[in-house]
Amino acid sequence: MIPGSFAYHRPASVDEAVALLGQFGEDGKVLAGGHSLIPMMKLRLATPEHLIDINGIGELKGIREEGGQLRIGAAATQADILASDLLANTCPLLPEAAALIADPQIRYCGTLGGNVANGDPGNDMPAVMMALAAIYALRGPGGAREVAARDFYHGTFDTALAENELLTEIRIPTPAPGHGASYQKMKRKVGDYATAAAAAVLSFDGDRCASAAVTLTNVGEAAIFVTEAGDALVGTAVDDTAVAEAAARAMALAAPVSDLRGPAEYRTQMAGEMARRAIRTAAARAKGG
Amino acid sequence: MSDIKEMSLEEREATLGGIGSARKRKEDARFIRGQGNYVDDIKLPGMVFGDFVRSAYAHAKIKSIDTEAALAVPGVMAVITAKDLEPLGLHWMPTLAGDVAAVLADKKVHFQNQEVAFVVGADRYAVSDGVQAVDVDYDELPVLVDPRKALDADAPILREDVQEKDNVGQGLRRHPNHIFHWEVGDKTATDAAFAAAAVTIKEEIGYPRNHPSPMETCGCVASMDATNGVLTVYGTFQAPHVIRTVVSLITGLSENNIRIVSPDVGGGFGNKVGAYPGYICAAAASIVTGLPVKWIESRMDNLSTTAFARDYHMTGELAADESGKITAIRANVLADHGAFNTHAQPMKWPAGFFNIVTGSYDVPVGHVEVDGVYTNKAPGGVAYRCSFRVTEAAYLIERLIDALAQKIGVDKAEIRFRNFIQPEQFPYDSCLGWEYDSGDYPTALKKALEAVDYEGLRREQKEKAAKGELMGIGIATFTEIVGAGPTRNCDIVGLGMFDSCEIRVHPTGSAIVRLGTKSQGQGHETTFAQIVATEIGLPSDAITVEEGDTDTAPYGLGTYGSRSTPVAGAACAIAARKIRAKAQKIAAHLLEVGEGDLEWEVDRFRVKGLPERAATMKDICMAAYSNLPEGMEPGLETTSYYDPPNFTYPFGAYVCVVDIDRFTGEIKVRRFYALDDCGTRINPMVIEGQVHGGLAEAFAIAMGQEIVFDELGNVMGASFLDYFIPTTVETPVWETDHTVTPSPHHPIGAKGVGESPNVGGVPAFTNAVVDAFAQHGVMHMPMPHTAWRVWQTIDELGLNK
Repeated sequence: MIPGSFAYHRPASVDEAVALLGQFGEDGKVLAGGHSLIPMMKLRLATPEHLIDINGIGELKGIREEGGQLRIGAAATQADILASDLLANTCPLLPEAAALIADPQIRYCGTLGGNVANGDPGNDMPAVMMALAAIYALRGPGGAREVAARDFYHGTFDTALAENELLTEIRIPTPAPGHGASYQKMKRKVGDYATAAAAAVLSFDGDRCASAAVTLTNVGEAAIFVTEAGDALVGTAVDDTAVAEAAARAMALAAPVSDLRGPAEYRTQMAGEMARRAIRTAAARAKGG
Repeated sequence: MSDIKEMSLEEREATLGGIGSARKRKEDARFIRGQGNYVDDIKLPGMVFGDFVRSAYAHAKIKSIDTEAALAVPGVMAVITAKDLEPLGLHWMPTLAGDVAAVLADKKVHFQNQEVAFVVGADRYAVSDGVQAVDVDYDELPVLVDPRKALDADAPILREDVQEKDNVGQGLRRHPNHIFHWEVGDKTATDAAFAAAAVTIKEEIGYPRNHPSPMETCGCVASMDATNGVLTVYGTFQAPHVIRTVVSLITGLSENNIRIVSPDVGGGFGNKVGAYPGYICAAAASIVTGLPVKWIESRMDNLSTTAFARDYHMTGELAADESGKITAIRANVLADHGAFNTHAQPMKWPAGFFNIVTGSYDVPVGHVEVDGVYTNKAPGGVAYRCSFRVTEAAYLIERLIDALAQKIGVDKAEIRFRNFIQPEQFPYDSCLGWEYDSGDYPTALKKALEAVDYEGLRREQKEKAAKGELMGIGIATFTEIVGAGPTRNCDIVGLGMFDSCEIRVHPTGSAIVRLGTKSQGQGHETTFAQIVATEIGLPSDAITVEEGDTDTAPYGLGTYGSRSTPVAGAACAIAARKIRAKAQKIAAHLLEVGEGDLEWEVDRFRVKGLPERAATMKDICMAAYSNLPEGMEPGLETTSYYDPPNFTYPFGAYVCVVDIDRFTGEIKVRRFYALDDCGTRINPMVIEGQVHGGLAEAFAIAMGQEIVFDELGNVMGASFLDYFIPTTVETPVWETDHTVTPSPHHPIGAKGVGESPNVGGVPAFTNAVVDAFAQHGVMHMPMPHTAWRVWQTIDELGLNK
């Protein structure tokens, strides 16, 4: 549980960080909260030669609303998300999910950017970002670009982020007032990754569902956006039949591995159950105003 | 002569803070401030570090070990292998169970993460780089994971080193992978009782391999003073004196040249009883380098290599008449001890005190057989917060009696009342050979049932069942056997399992008390001072308790198996009574009366009939050093070695209520009521703390703790990510209660309590979980009761539709 040796860099700006990334290529690794990277280094499963610590970069912090988007700096911590009045009022799904990540001490260190960019299927925020149609702002040597969360994840630790790119900001279209959302996570204990988890974001036009997004955590090689589940809900009153159909479609896409959280069959069933609970809760919240 | 005569008797008693006082734990002042002094806090001048190269395989031949690259790492000073230890005779070590265990793998590895080489270096980083750089070439061998296949004719042979031996320390064996066969009871009479029985039940009941996982892992700092020839080892030892003797036997160093010190120990739970390769290698490395060497386990090392617990595969049977009165018990156990027999039981008891399996019940006849086998897993088999194999035994009987109740349709509380040993039957001789000293089981269960409104709970359960909801009520009425133990039948490496206490009283009325035990969080500094306070009339605040340094403490067998209070606590009381006897002579001298004219009152001797004429203990302390009767030696000191006449038998009645989510299989413990009877209660707050901690561990064991292996013997989930340590969020709220049935043979009537909640808690949880499914015909469900396992039962029964 002792890491190998590495060089430590603490850039003061995004430009400087991007330059370092360009310089070191695959030998460099971004250190944000460190709660995924450092355990991997202590096990020597990760052996970066250069750590680029972005915690000194002021422009990566902060949570604000601009141009119809909620803009969250990549280095904002889960604790920052939990403390934000703006998010509590406009997008309560984010603090709801943040509160289910790890424990309070870790949430003071762990960042939103690290959680979404790391590519670990066990991380909770990728599914939440997919459900909210978030966009990731990336910066590399060639400049800035945007990638939709729904297009970002290719597989386990395999994302659209290039080796020389830095995630700088998460941009979420501010959800319309009256929307309903929920993140339901089943876990063995505080701090655990999900046995299965699901996010649902719904809006209603009268008593009919106008839009629906359903996503899953930790039941595949990456977070899963279940387009078909949303389709099963739109236009319905989100009654038991529609919910059952949406959950069945979610289960059809779930492909978890068997692990100590349970056999694949069980984890698939729990993906369905969490989807059911997320959809029902989101619908109730939407209807409750 | 009294300086506190204005105080009332009650005030004087309160001032003492003696037996029965809920005084705060003295040691907590440093623990909660982070001011404890643990092994890893010890820094000696010139100290270097060591760590292990560990096997990637569960069973393999070692073809070669290349240390060249490791020795080239800056800061690496030495790489020690079995070949280096062999000339010293240290490459294997004797175990407490009569077997031998490899210190460093000798020609082959027997389990994954086994110690293969020990790298010594200037700092932990250099050592870790050195460990990475050692290149070991293996030839994989067939792996034996399932103990049920260990004795097959074609099973791979694990221990070529003892292949030809018909005995590896605990009796005859019948297969190269067999360790021992042990049986007790009357087979013929038991068979006859089963043949004649109106009702019989038989259940396969496993107790999975788990791990005590103390908060602090194992470690040591070994320091060889070559000039004086003295080896000092600071370490996480539950039994420092036993370690000193074992080190002497292994190394040939004279015992007076070995000093073992247990500083503050961050939990043990059985994990820190035995001797580990890390201790031997650190000592050897210190001898080689002439520098102090520190070795500290990582969490993964601890979970995957140092002593595990349980791994008992049990088949239990009960015979009964139509009313559910038990007529016989039969148990057949396969014990997986891993690669070496390093379990820590008294030597004559290869299956510990498993024959307490008749529990709290009056069972006329029984027969028990236990076979131990080797597998390609880490060695161990220690008692994890329980007396030796008692938690396995209690689990079996408490599960079986529930199954019997279900089979004949009798309420699970009622069947216990029908089978309890009655209060008037004590002392009670069990059919499997124990003499239960005392108990009152019906009173305890009645109190428990009333406290939880048992009838109301059963009504609620019926109503819920009608709605398809799953609610379970679990009862456990367990009996422990602790306080090992009488030297006539208990020894470790030949040492009788007595314990000891030395008391030195100072002139100004304070004292230091030293014992052969070693607290790992039990609060000895608090409770033992209270015993002495009551016995000699000095305030417990003025009494220092010290343990763990073999240079200063009297010889003792250490702390495990709830033995500290029953054995060392008794030594404390007896030593204190010797002090008081001398004090009485001094008091007679001071008061110029005959010894027989005096009577003891809280903190003083007074003259019978003249209560105002008294000598306080404080006065007597000074007189012991200044004003003695003619011919009396000065001083007020004594040592007592206590050989207990019998074990003590704490018991309890627990009730657990669970609600189960029928869609996820998740269990919510709604209520847990624990009534413990540990005899005389020394410090009610400490007892409550012990019960809370023990119940939290029982909850963890029942709901999630398991060391899992794949078919290649790879240990799965050996970190706290997977190995279940509940946080405050998961841990239920505990309700505690008590009855008091003092031990008739213990000087103060105390029985020990630290382990009761683990012994009684685990079956209470399982009984509650199974009870939720009893209406659907389920008789048993395997631990741990993880959500997915429970869900599988739900799914098979179609209850989630």
